[in-house]
Amino acid sequence: MQTITEKILSTHAGKKVYAGELSVVRVDGIMASDTTAPYAIKAFEAMGGVKLWDSEKCTFVIDHASPAPNERIANLHKFMRDFAVEQNIRLFDVGEGICHQLIVERDLVRPGQIFIGADSHTCTYGSLNAFATGVGSSDLAAVMLTGKIWLKVPETIKVIYTGILPKNIVAKDLILALEKILGIDGATYQTLEFHGEIVEKLSLASRMTMANMAIEMGAKAGIFTPIGLELPYAWTPTFADEGAKYIRIIEIDVTNLQSQIAFPNSPDNVHDVQKALGTPIQYAFIGTCTNGRLDDLHEVADILKNKNVATGVRLLIAPASKQVFIDAMNDGTAQILMQAGATFLPSGCGPCVGSHLGVPGDGETVISSGNRNFKGRMGNPNAQVYLSSPSIVAKSALKGVISNE
Amino acid sequence: MTFVYGDNIDTDRIIAGKYTKTLDMNSLAEHVLEDLDPNFKTQVKQGDFLVGGENFGCGSSREQAPIALKLAGISVVIASSFARIFFRNSINIGLPVLEIKNHDIQSGDKIEVDLTYGEVRNLTKNKSYFSSSMPEVMIDILNEGGLANYLKKYGDYQL
Ligand code: SF4
Repeated sequence: MQTITEKILSTHAGKKVYAGELSVVRVDGIMASDTTAPYAIKAFEAMGGVKLWDSEKCTFVIDHASPAPNERIANLHKFMRDFAVEQNIRLFDVGEGICHQLIVERDLVRPGQIFIGADSHTCTYGSLNAFATGVGSSDLAAVMLTGKIWLKVPETIKVIYTGILPKNIVAKDLILALEKILGIDGATYQTLEFHGEIVEKLSLASRMTMANMAIEMGAKAGIFTPIGLELPYAWTPTFADEGAKYIRIIEIDVTNLQSQIAFPNSPDNVHDVQKALGTPIQYAFIGTCTNGRLDDLHEVADILKNKNVATGVRLLIAPASKQVFIDAMNDGTAQILMQAGATFLPSGCGPCVGSHLGVPGDGETVISSGNRNFKGRMGNPNAQVYLSSPSIVAKSALKGVISNE
Repeated sequence: MTFVYGDNIDTDRIIAGKYTKTLDMNSLAEHVLEDLDPNFKTQVKQGDFLVGGENFGCGSSREQAPIALKLAGISVVIASSFARIFFRNSINIGLPVLEIKNHDIQSGDKIEVDLTYGEVRNLTKNKSYFSSSMPEVMIDILNEGGLANYLKKYGDYQL
């Protein structure tokens, strides 16, 4: 009797493994960004690495500080490109998009696989019924060398969403509601396995939003069952066994769930949006690997159509990928948003991690569709960052205060 | 000296994202913990200890966080619990980390660490704490001074 995690790790360990055991598993795909790849390359070389175990399975993405804001970072990007050419590694360059969006969009991860990324939000691919987790640069370098990683098989928390989904309640609200229960470390070393009819009906984009934030509860992975997942290729689903062992079962009845918002300075400082209504904002941001996809831009455009962002508010939008941007242009969404006053940034992480592009000023308040609001996260420790769904961000941008109308 | 901080010290506070994009490792030490404790940089000396509460190192996967602490002079990080990626990263770069549940180490306490036994002695409070056990592979990696040396020596995981 196994959980989804135990099953996927077993197929890659060559034997049945259960929570708590140490296993060395085969890895199907790896990724590093411009924050982590340069160190990974250095570590790979320090390990005596000459040739990648399988360059086809490796992807580099220049997204975190992209395009380069200064010569130091420009040279890091160049270092990555040179190594990628030498090793024949796939590299998505400036403006192609956020690593996690690209890995899913380009089918570089598939159900049932083990994917290791040198970025904490690699857990996003659990949306695809895969086991995906984030590591640091050295662990990634070790996979570049050996094609394997050692993992302690995690315990699993079963999360069941029940009830009737209210109109206007979206994936971001569902995951913030869980974050409120579990807290910032409530799932450390564990997998979150998402169950229930509510989530079985969610689109892949919405599943990505939820799996993405598993790390915000300390989880190693956030995995969806295959139920309701539609993909354009043939794939083998991995179900949890009836009778699989869970360390904890959490049921969330969503029938009366309100829109959720995380107050500064932690993603688990979650409240009903009511509590924040009326808080003045100067900066609204739509983007990130959590909520920068086409569905999210549609949600925002529905609210901003033929309206204008409030005076004194800047609305910045960084589409999760160039493809998202192109689609938003083709269906008129981008135009609606720009006419409402939004400014588009190149596809990529944008201001999410505070490296460049749209750093808030001292004493300013930001409302963002992202996943993290630790002090200083967006580049200035003297700014306040709230996290919510794209529609709450859009409504707030219209009013100049946090709003749900 | 022992630096003592609270719960949930995240990687953005250990080293902000804006400083992480560099291969000049020493520049990381320049900015380590700068918002949390502006005095850290001027006071820290080689061999000092850093003590945290629950969930130390939560947030990003940036290995720059433990590297910055190590290069600043920190020899061991002790915490009630660690975030998963930070814990792995620390071992991988050869920075010893000891998980000691419910410790009561306070600012100003004088401590000694014995890594072989995972023991922390609090001389001020006259008591000892022992760390939770680590997988053997992690001990081996730490004994080699980090994952790079380990793999250079063995070429593959030994377990
Ligand atoms: S969008 Fe933000 S959270 Fe996502 S990968 Fe980029 S920096 Fe990290």
